[in-house]
Amino acid sequence: MITVSEKCVGCTKCVSACPFGATEMRGKKAVITDKCTLCGACVEVCPVKAISIGRQELTGDISGYSGVWIFTELADSPDGGHSVRPVTFELLSAGRGLAEKLGEKLCAVVIGKNAAVHTAELAAYGAEKIYVCENENAEHYTTDLYANIMVSLIKKHKPAIVLYPSTYVGRDLAPRIASELYVGLTADCTGLSIKEGNLLQTRPAFGGNIMADILCPGARPQMATVRPNVMKKNEPQPGRTAEVVCENVAVDKDKLRVRIVERHLDHRHCGGKIEDSEVVISGGRGMKDDKGFKLLAGLAEQLGGCVGASRAAVDMGLHPKSHQVGQSGTTVSPKLYVACGISGAVQHVVGMSGAETIIAVNKDPNAPIFNVCKYGFVGDARQVVEKITESLKNGK
Amino acid sequence: MRIAVCIKQVPDSTQVKVDPATGTLIRAGVPSILNPYDHYALECALKLKKETGAEVCVVSMGPPQAQEVVRLALALGADRGILLSDRAFAGSDTWATSYALSQALRHLGGVDLIMCGVMAIDGDTAQTGPGIACQLGIPQITFCDEISVAGTTVRAKRLIEGGHETVEAGFPALATMSLPHEYERAYPSFRQIAAAQEKPYEVWTVATIHADPKFLGLNGSPTRVDRVYAPSARERGTIFTGSPAEIVARFLEILKQENFVK
Repeated sequence: MITVSEKCVGCTKCVSACPFGATEMRGKKAVITDKCTLCGACVEVCPVKAISIGRQELTGDISGYSGVWIFTELADSPDGGHSVRPVTFELLSAGRGLAEKLGEKLCAVVIGKNAAVHTAELAAYGAEKIYVCENENAEHYTTDLYANIMVSLIKKHKPAIVLYPSTYVGRDLAPRIASELYVGLTADCTGLSIKEGNLLQTRPAFGGNIMADILCPGARPQMATVRPNVMKKNEPQPGRTAEVVCENVAVDKDKLRVRIVERHLDHRHCGGKIEDSEVVISGGRGMKDDKGFKLLAGLAEQLGGCVGASRAAVDMGLHPKSHQVGQSGTTVSPKLYVACGISGAVQHVVGMSGAETIIAVNKDPNAPIFNVCKYGFVGDARQVVEKITESLKNGK
Repeated sequence: MRIAVCIKQVPDSTQVKVDPATGTLIRAGVPSILNPYDHYALECALKLKKETGAEVCVVSMGPPQAQEVVRLALALGADRGILLSDRAFAGSDTWATSYALSQALRHLGGVDLIMCGVMAIDGDTAQTGPGIACQLGIPQITFCDEISVAGTTVRAKRLIEGGHETVEAGFPALATMSLPHEYERAYPSFRQIAAAQEKPYEVWTVATIHADPKFLGLNGSPTRVDRVYAPSARERGTIFTGSPAEIVARFLEILKQENFVK
């Protein structure tokens, strides 16, 4: 399925681009070996377009699918009830643009014990139609119940697009549904748009400094998950109304195979939740050790913020995983983000590029972080952080 | 009891460097490792083996060189290793991968508990585990950081937004393991590596697992990569160089100018 044409000029760019060592030069021509996983990295780098991957499209029946659906995630509220998790409003805001472009309806699906109480709020954020599914077993999210309900609603109403939050709930639920329906699912999208009637989903790819646009042209619905804090939330318009459709999907009790024994909510993560913090001071490999991270905590205290970390620093055991910023951690969009000793690989950058002001300190003037920051300082991050903190403490 | 652990070989992303000129990754010479989440899932399975005497089989889908992680798993104490390798699998997205793995697990037979890493560090999707559970029609418990077995019931502590929950399910079930906060990967000793040389691993193909080729590889994958490109560079900001004292002074000025300090 992968071929190298006569156009190959033997430049060897594909050899260094291959993550799997599957490209070799034989007689000044590139040859693809058995190690190839068809990831496409070589196709992209070839300057003469000599490498191509052929494929057939799925040929599912995609007619009759219409509408953009947003899965509503509910959170426990302190009064014992539930509230709509804010990421839902971000998804509705993103879905609004997609629905308008397609000329289709924006719909919300809300599943819960008392799901109907949330309709006014969902309408205020732009839902034109709301599917309400009340179920006595839906006090808390469980995979089997929610997946059964969603699959039956999707089969019945045939939406063109379904978006889920990339949270523990969304990341548990969406792949189960995608697998059942034999449809595509793109995780952690950083951009969504419409290309020739299809949902164009953008995400970082191949664990690397590269973005991929992904389409699912041959199957419906097209499904994607999006992290909290990635999409911009529109202002709500109270008083907007939506068509409410009550859906009673009966799910047999014997289909609910996982039982919740105990739940424990704990919001005391080191110095507050990083995703809600207006100031985030993050450290990377360049902070070197625990002492370096203590310096960051000092600065965070002065500026009223939280300490975050790059994956490298988390892997070095310098900071908890819960405070990792980036593709495999948390996405933040604070007012101020200070990146200290972080090189700025795209996995990290996608987790913080929504920040209003980014300041970076790195001793390597060529670090990619300097391409995304508003202010960059070439210097030793530990030293700079220590001095700044001292000055702020002394009220200078 | 039979436990199957699904494992994947991935490039070690901590070793990947960025080319300062082009901003792209330098992939050449990056070592391959066992995906850290799978490593933890395997260690949890081996702990259950110690406690219950379960048989632990590892299954890895990948190109021929993925045999390295199968051998590592055998050296760490897995009883049986299966490499699912066939050109027809190449280009599979998470849907096609979970289909192939579920067919392999069906063929293996008699599996009570399937364990996977939550996600692989080269894709970060967390979709393959739930996909396998769905294909096999069994319950899933995702994002677990602790797992135990009592009789034919699996109990796990899993992450939820802002906390944890403990859940239970009867066999057969699938659990995906998240990395606990403090975790040091275990590596085999020389003696274990030597002993593992005696343990053969099996290579299975599409034919072995009776998979329908139309659901495999690029052609069987619902998702399609339309375009891959370097992320668009933002407008480069103002970059300051200077003595430490100059940098600190300028930094403080900016904090004031942007109203982060009064």
